[in-house]
Amino acid sequence: MIGLAWDWVLSSGLWTHLSIVLMALLTMITRSFFFIPDREIPWPAWASRGLQFAPIAAVSAVIVPEIIMTNGELITTFKDARLYGAFAGLAYFVIRRGKGQVVMGTMLAGMLVFLPLRLGLGW
Amino acid sequence: MAGTMRPMFLRRAYRQHPAFRIGSRDMAGIAPGIAAWGLMTGVAMAKSGMGFSECLLMALIVFAGSAQLAAMPLFAAEAPMWVILATSFCVNLRFLVFSAHLRQYMMMLPRAERLLSGFMTADLSYVQFIRRYPDGPMGRRDRLVEQQAYLAANGGLNWATWVISNLTGVLFAPWIPQHWGLGFAGMLGLMGFGLSLLSGQQNLGHVISLLAALSAGAVAVMAVSLPLKLNIVLAIFSSVALCLLIEPRLNQLKSHRSTFLR
Repeated sequence: MIGLAWDWVLSSGLWTHLSIVLMALLTMITRSFFFIPDREIPWPAWASRGLQFAPIAAVSAVIVPEIIMTNGELITTFKDARLYGAFAGLAYFVIRRGKGQVVMGTMLAGMLVFLPLRLGLGW
Repeated sequence: MAGTMRPMFLRRAYRQHPAFRIGSRDMAGIAPGIAAWGLMTGVAMAKSGMGFSECLLMALIVFAGSAQLAAMPLFAAEAPMWVILATSFCVNLRFLVFSAHLRQYMMMLPRAERLLSGFMTADLSYVQFIRRYPDGPMGRRDRLVEQQAYLAANGGLNWATWVISNLTGVLFAPWIPQHWGLGFAGMLGLMGFGLSLLSGQQNLGHVISLLAALSAGAVAVMAVSLPLKLNIVLAIFSSVALCLLIEPRLNQLKSHRSTFLR
C-alpha cells in the first residue's frame, strides 16, 4: 500500500514538489535552529569546527563540475565560454576585494564575458 | 498570550514603532541588488531544466538564494530527494551559526514567532540587525518590541524583494532563448557567494577554507561518474573530514610562527 503510494509519488513528479516544500522547511529550521527548543542545545566542539567548512565545500562541489566538465568528461578545449566567464567573475571579485554587492557583480561581470563568447563565437 | 500568534509584520505595535521605518530604510538601500540577483536566479532556475511549476513553487516558498542555486542542477539531473536536501542543508549550515548568535534576541518570544522571525532573517538582514543591535533585549519588553519591529520590516522587505524578483525572473525566462545559456548565471552567482565565504575568514581561516573548496571541487570532479549526484555528498564529507584533520596542525604552525616572529 505504502509502496504503491510511493510509486505514484515518484511517477507523478510530486516528489520534486515535495522536495521543494522540504527545502522551505529546511530554510526555516536552519535559520531558527538554536532557538527552536526552549533549552540550550549541547553541541560538541568538533561539530562547530566542521560546520564552518561545510558551506564552502558544498558550493565548490556543485560549481566546479558545472564549470570544467561537459557530459561527465573534463573539457579538453579552451574554446569554452564558461572558463572565461568564471575567470571574469573571479577577476571582478578580486578587484572589488569582496566589498559591496559582490555576488551580483560576480554574476554580471561573468555574464558580460560569457554571453558574447557564447552568442558571437558559439563557444 | 492573546494576539501573540499574529505574524510579526501584521502586528500594530511593530508597524507603528519608529524602528520599523529604520529597518525598512536600511533594507531599501540594498534591495536593488537583491532584486537583480533574484531576477537572475529566477531566470537561471527556469533555464536549468526544472519544470515550470517547480520553479514557481521554489520562488514562492524557499527564500534561500544559495540553496536554490545549488539545488537546481540537482533537480535537472533528477537526483534523489535526500541528495537535494543534504546539499541544501550544507549550503544552509551558515544559518546555524547565525541562529546560535540570534538566540539571545529571540527567546522572549513564543516558539511560533521565533520560527517565523528565523525564517525571515536571511544573511543580509542578520548582518544589518546585529550591526544596529549589538545586544539582545536582556529581559526588557520595550527593547524586544523595538528589535522585532526592526527585524520585521527589514526581513519582510528582504523577503518581498526576493520573492517578487525571483517570480518575475521565472515568468520572463520563456522569452529568453535556451542557447544563450543564462543558467550559467546561477553558477556565477553561487561562485560569488562561495568567494565571499572564502574572503570573510580571519587569521589563517582563508587558507583552510581554500583547501576545503579545492578538495571538494577535486573530489566532485573525480567522482562524477557516481550515480544520483553522490559525488557532491562524497565531496562535502571528504573535504570537511580533511579540514578537521588539518586545521589543528595549521593552528600549531600559526602559533609557532607568531612566537618566532616575536
